[in-house]
Amino acid sequence: MITLRGRTVVRGVVEGEALVSHETISGWGGIDPATGTIIERRHELCGVCFTGKILVFPGAKGSSGWSGFFQSTRLLGTAPAGMIFTVTTTKAALGAVVTRVPTLSDLDQDPVAVIRTGDHLRLDADRGIVEITRG
Amino acid sequence: MILTEEEKAMRDGAEGPAVAAAMDLLIRYGDALGAQRLCDTRNVAGTSTQPSPLKAKLVAEGGWHKAFAVLNLDCDDPVEIPDMRVPTCQLQQGFGPDSAGVVPYPKEFVELQSDAEAFYGRRGVNILATCTPYQVGNLPVRGEHCAWMESSAVVYCNSVLGARTNCEGGTSTGAASLTGKIPCWGNHLAENRFGTHHIRVESGVRDFLDWGMLGYFAGELVQDQRPVVTGEFTRPDLVDLKHFGAAAASSGGVELYHLPGITPEAPTVEAAFDGPVPDAVVYGPRERRAIYEKLNDQGRSTDVDFVLLGCPHASIDQIRAAARALDGRRLHSGTQLWIMAPRALKAVADRSGYTAVIEKAGGKLLADSCPAMSRVAPPGTKVFATDSAKQAHYLPAILGIEAWFGSLEDCVDAAVTGRWRGGLR
Repeated sequence: MITLRGRTVVRGVVEGEALVSHETISGWGGIDPATGTIIERRHELCGVCFTGKILVFPGAKGSSGWSGFFQSTRLLGTAPAGMIFTVTTTKAALGAVVTRVPTLSDLDQDPVAVIRTGDHLRLDADRGIVEITRG
Repeated sequence: MILTEEEKAMRDGAEGPAVAAAMDLLIRYGDALGAQRLCDTRNVAGTSTQPSPLKAKLVAEGGWHKAFAVLNLDCDDPVEIPDMRVPTCQLQQGFGPDSAGVVPYPKEFVELQSDAEAFYGRRGVNILATCTPYQVGNLPVRGEHCAWMESSAVVYCNSVLGARTNCEGGTSTGAASLTGKIPCWGNHLAENRFGTHHIRVESGVRDFLDWGMLGYFAGELVQDQRPVVTGEFTRPDLVDLKHFGAAAASSGGVELYHLPGITPEAPTVEAAFDGPVPDAVVYGPRERRAIYEKLNDQGRSTDVDFVLLGCPHASIDQIRAAARALDGRRLHSGTQLWIMAPRALKAVADRSGYTAVIEKAGGKLLADSCPAMSRVAPPGTKVFATDSAKQAHYLPAILGIEAWFGSLEDCVDAAVTGRWRGGLR
């Protein structure tokens, strides 16, 4: 088991399967909140659903509507179960806050490089720890 | 995060439950960023009147107070929304009632938006209905802390006006409007406002088309960092800077740039950097050609059925230039032309006679929105042409249509002939 330590963005504890994006994610124009799916055409995860997964990604890009679109995933029941991102921006931080899922950032190793899609994660954002079990 | 006595009182309900909810959101957000404190703002630009199915559902459940509480404060409780504490405007939205029958936008959204304007306007939200609030009276002073949304407005606010804002969202601007506070983080801090990359122009940047391409190049290069541009260019005007910033915000996510000798925080290239001036990345003829081709790699058919001008929203001078280019000509029977403008400037264009010239040619001058925001184009559109690097970037994905990017003249030519004949000169 691998353990990474990071900074708490949103508190809480959750376990689940990792979905790793190596590319930054757009909110407005990049996801469909109704289905919890990435829809940006040239994105590596285009067509993939993040609902119930722990979304691991480098950061947010694109419109300032980012947080509103991720808030909508919570209101429509399609939100990810947790988030881990590399670069803190206002979009990603506010997006995690209004999605209200346990979230870490500023980890001691690059989470996108260490975590693989399908890994089982225990994300303890209260203590700033993510435990990775290879899937 | 360290809170002042005033902020603690707001959090604890001294100003009522909506302000308490707003402060709670700002504290959660500030902690998420790792901000040390909040700063005072008297200038908020956010999204509030844009219709959506989710908003319609919330309004049906609990009226506009509920819609504001959920979407603009991230609050679950039924709170009564008071007047805005500080000057606040909204931004672009869906198409308004005067576009009904002109653009294929759902009637129920137009009605929802009209209701939204009545509710928000009554509480002190200025209904500017434009992505360029700085073109119609919202001009912060240099150094002023703002809470703005809309990527092209954010980069203009920071770079051209020298005011300070991060790229905010619907909830943080809603909370700022009721508290006059926003996390003091990122672009609000002087140490985060120096350049990170140096770009030297060696191809000559002369006009609007060139400024858009240079912005698109800069954004791809620096991503969300801060470019400093020197070299061979003619002095940009408001329109050039608006286009440059919007393109850089689209291809990369740039929130702040410096043009030494032109933008206010960079009197010299040395002043733009905190330390030695880095080696420059050259933007020469080869790079200029490559960016033009990249912006045009989403077009195949040269049969153009839609031409879009004005993104970000057109200035009055852009509207006048379009009117001059269209004067005495007639659009191709299979091609539509929309020019997007702030509502206030559409009124000026009407008074100045420009709208009549545009309409006589068969074009339309539309306010409040744009095809990306409303997600509509003329029915049957397969191929569009635009002078906006931002729309060339976003619209093919949003609407699934092909795109051509070029000058105002090339776009008007396409509107009149129905054919794309643009090229890099």
